[in-house]
Amino acid sequence: MIRYALGRFASLVISLIVASIVIFAVVEVIPGDPAAFMLGVNARPDTIAALRAEMGLDQSLIARYLAWVGGMLQGDFGMSWTYKTPVADLIGDRVWVSLPLAIYALILSTIVAFPAGIYAASRRGSAGDTAIMGATQLGVAIPNFWFAMILVLIFAINLRWFSAGGFPGWGNPLAAIKALTLPAVALALPQAAILARVMRSSLLDMLGEDFIRTARAKGLTRRQALWRHALRNALIPVLTIIGLQFSFLLAGGIIIEQVFFLPGLGRLIFQSISARDLIVVESVVMLLVFTVIMVNFIVDLTYAAVDPRLRVRA
Amino acid sequence: MSRNLIIGAGLTLFFTALAALSFLWTPYDIEVLDIPNRLLRPGGAHLLGTDHFGRDILSMIMMGARTSIAVALVAVGIGMGLGVPLGLWAAARHGSLLDDLIMRGNDLVFAFPSLVIAILITAVFGPSAVNAIIAIGIFNIPVFARLTRSAALPLWERDFIRAARVCGKSSTRISAEHILPNITNLMIVQGTIQFSLGILAEAALSYIGLGAQPPTASWGRMLADAQTLVSLAPHVALIPGFAILLTVLGLNLLGDGLRDWLDPRIRVVRT
Amino acid sequence: MHHFKRLAASTAIVLCAAGALAQDSITVAIQLEPPNLDPTSGAAQAVDSVLYANVFEGLTRFDADGAVVRGLAQSWDISDDGLVYTFNLAAGVTFHDGTTMDAEDVKFSLDRARAEDSTNAQKVLFEDIADVTAVDPLTVQVTLAQPNGMFLFNLAWGDAVIVAPESIETIATNPIGTGPFAFTNWAQGDRIDLTRNETYWGAAPALETATFRFISDPTAAFAAMMAEDVDVFVGYPAPENLPQFEADPRFQVLDGSTEGETILAMNNQVAPFDNILVRQAVTHAIDRQAVIDGAMFGYGTPIGTHFAPHNPDYVDLLANSQFDPDLSRSLLEEAGMADGFTVTLKLPPPSYARRGGEIIASQLRAVGIETEITNLEWAQWLEEVFTNKDFGLTIISHTEPMDINIYANPDYYFQYDNPDFRAVLDELNATTDPDGRSALLAQAQTIISEDYVNAYLFQLAVATVARAEITGLWVNQPTAAVDLTGVSWGN
Repeated sequence: MIRYALGRFASLVISLIVASIVIFAVVEVIPGDPAAFMLGVNARPDTIAALRAEMGLDQSLIARYLAWVGGMLQGDFGMSWTYKTPVADLIGDRVWVSLPLAIYALILSTIVAFPAGIYAASRRGSAGDTAIMGATQLGVAIPNFWFAMILVLIFAINLRWFSAGGFPGWGNPLAAIKALTLPAVALALPQAAILARVMRSSLLDMLGEDFIRTARAKGLTRRQALWRHALRNALIPVLTIIGLQFSFLLAGGIIIEQVFFLPGLGRLIFQSISARDLIVVESVVMLLVFTVIMVNFIVDLTYAAVDPRLRVRA
Repeated sequence: MSRNLIIGAGLTLFFTALAALSFLWTPYDIEVLDIPNRLLRPGGAHLLGTDHFGRDILSMIMMGARTSIAVALVAVGIGMGLGVPLGLWAAARHGSLLDDLIMRGNDLVFAFPSLVIAILITAVFGPSAVNAIIAIGIFNIPVFARLTRSAALPLWERDFIRAARVCGKSSTRISAEHILPNITNLMIVQGTIQFSLGILAEAALSYIGLGAQPPTASWGRMLADAQTLVSLAPHVALIPGFAILLTVLGLNLLGDGLRDWLDPRIRVVRT
Repeated sequence: MHHFKRLAASTAIVLCAAGALAQDSITVAIQLEPPNLDPTSGAAQAVDSVLYANVFEGLTRFDADGAVVRGLAQSWDISDDGLVYTFNLAAGVTFHDGTTMDAEDVKFSLDRARAEDSTNAQKVLFEDIADVTAVDPLTVQVTLAQPNGMFLFNLAWGDAVIVAPESIETIATNPIGTGPFAFTNWAQGDRIDLTRNETYWGAAPALETATFRFISDPTAAFAAMMAEDVDVFVGYPAPENLPQFEADPRFQVLDGSTEGETILAMNNQVAPFDNILVRQAVTHAIDRQAVIDGAMFGYGTPIGTHFAPHNPDYVDLLANSQFDPDLSRSLLEEAGMADGFTVTLKLPPPSYARRGGEIIASQLRAVGIETEITNLEWAQWLEEVFTNKDFGLTIISHTEPMDINIYANPDYYFQYDNPDFRAVLDELNATTDPDGRSALLAQAQTIISEDYVNAYLFQLAVATVARAEITGLWVNQPTAAVDLTGVSWGN
């Protein structure tokens, strides 16, 4: 186990190094001089040069890469050029929009998907099952930004139940949750559809397993077998999907954050790319990649601890 | 044949036919603007109405179908073309350093937020249909590589493969002649699903202005253009959305139907 | 459902009551969030939109009509040779942190802007300054290296505001000015809050607090306005929605003008646009009204030269470039391009460019000119078009006030090189007599119109949508600003 863990850790470090090089290289070759962008059309060349020096852009690529990585290792994500505040502070602000939004969407999708999936599985082939499966097909196929537009049209413009966007901050938790509701619904719909399908098929698989047959042979009804035995076992693939969806939601809200002008991480990346605030782009993308790699690492270790057979693929 | 398969194939055929027809004929020329006749409601001379430049929406949908299908198809082609050989290779060398390298590479690609990378790619190379294809295609590679590997691994334990091995066939030949035919069904089903995801991705990219450039029509950009007109002329925003929805729905149903028809045991990956 | 309605009704009453009490606060939306709050460094106009005249003041300032009026300088004397400006500062002015604003602060601000390592985006405004001297706490003497008829105008820019050495380090996040409103809070990504400066040296504003919000998405803008989440939207992003606001008694729409001459710029040094016949053919191929209708839903004034129509010195030269596709085709034939040609059309992000580009592409196609459209982000546009001059055509609105002088710079991105025009501008710079200046400006406008340097499209309009009760808003945008000094809730 220790050898396995060490091997996985080495591969984690290599992955992070490769990721940092890829991110830095891609971001640095984006055309458009950040200094020229900040100073606009009337700027004189000497002013641009002065700003480039102030931003550290006159140093070599390698020196800047090393400075960036070295800073991150000490927890210093650099200083945003346009916002002129530490990137860590920017991330600290924005994560309190993106993270709650992802959690909110996840909760919503789970609340809808679990009952729907269980119901469909328990009445396989019934009209209810068909209806739910049909609905999930629609849910998977709807482009979420279009769904968001429609939600805004109905609930913000016509009914005026929600504001069309923006985020008032957590000073007033109720208003904050209200502001995140439409975006969370828009994000949750496709996830709920996928989750319901996984829940259903996973349950149906379990119902075909030997231990369920045994339970039914002992006199349990199909539904009792489902609730008492199948559900718990069916949750494993479902939880795996939820884990996958969470990291997707964290970064994948970028378009939804655009539509609802929410000050989240996705929008920060988007704005920073167009403002050529490269250090922000690099650090935020790196942070997201780091999160996913770390989560995978922990999941792998946990699985390996539980099931020694999985240690083979080291 | 299941109902899924029939509806799915029907919808897919319908939009493919629209795209194909657009090469020969569209009701109007979408490169000619007719501003006085903008935002006409559906019906009359324009079956689906006109957009903010007075262009015929039906013609735009037809041309947009072409863009969507082309982008998604090529992107899936890239994913399959590179992913399947990688997966076969990894499976053939199971447990080796190469296998590990390929799988870790896959994990790494998966670790990147796909939309952000797509935005970065277009920031570097400029927005175009080709760059949208590359951006979508890259993320299809690990999907196919992983699936191929996991489907191929158990096959290597089967007797007929062992027999082929004993006969002295190289692992490359075994992969090509024995493994590949056995995973074709799986690839067709997964390919259909990736195709539908590709259509959604293309729509999302062109919605934020990163896909095909005007005057090439694209459903995502039609939605972006229509966004401000939602309250003024809802059809302009609704029609392209339904086109995306129905195409994706058709492909998903087709994928599910194909699975049930070809081999109900096939497991597809969908995230 | 019934319960819900009752609940909704009582909420509405509460909200109305709150609204009645809160008549001295306002929520203003603009499209873009300022990247930082330092008006003296970057070029981002959003900084000025929030801070100009509200938080920061200069020696002079623009009023709602674009005229240069007194600011922190209450009066000034100009020496006969036009070289020495003596400014008398307003007395009793303090910065929001309590420190006194005096001649040393003025000297500090101007010297900082023109310094070697200055990162002021408009450093060119200060390049004629030879020396700044604080004569006494309320008197500043600025000596110019050469006479400059535009100097007081230059000082009115947002980039020339007076800042204090005590607070300069943190200006980007905590701007300290002398204006009628003090900065209180910036929730990044969402809003900026300003509060009335109770010790303001001038007339106190009616508003107690003001909140700026940033909504660039047109749908969100529409929804936010309709839902009354915001009271004013300056620079409303979607002209197509304006008729709906005009029809709604809750709102008023102010149809204003900016200093933005929107042009289809041609690369004058690159074939085929090095040929005046081709440039002329392009201008005759364009139906300006169709562009204004299609891209701006009718908002915008056609222009025939690079000059703002609301300026008294504007000359109507539209006749030089009337829409005439036949003439255009025959000009192309004369230029030896009867079969047409293909050029790049590079478009920056604003919708006037993106939508206008599609319309112009279609109009040019009608006379045989094919375009390859590329949509660019601003940073890319600046690099490819503006710096590297790698383009055939581009659409851009030149929003700086009085910027006809860009045609005197042969290195400017459209690369117009005409010594006669430069001579006229040199004479203009040395002329202070108003009539003489008018005549020279008319001459300059005519030259660039008759040389068909660019296709001049329209003056960019700016629409302000506001709650009907609100008064005192600027209609026009002579500079990027949302001056709240005179704004109030009616009565």
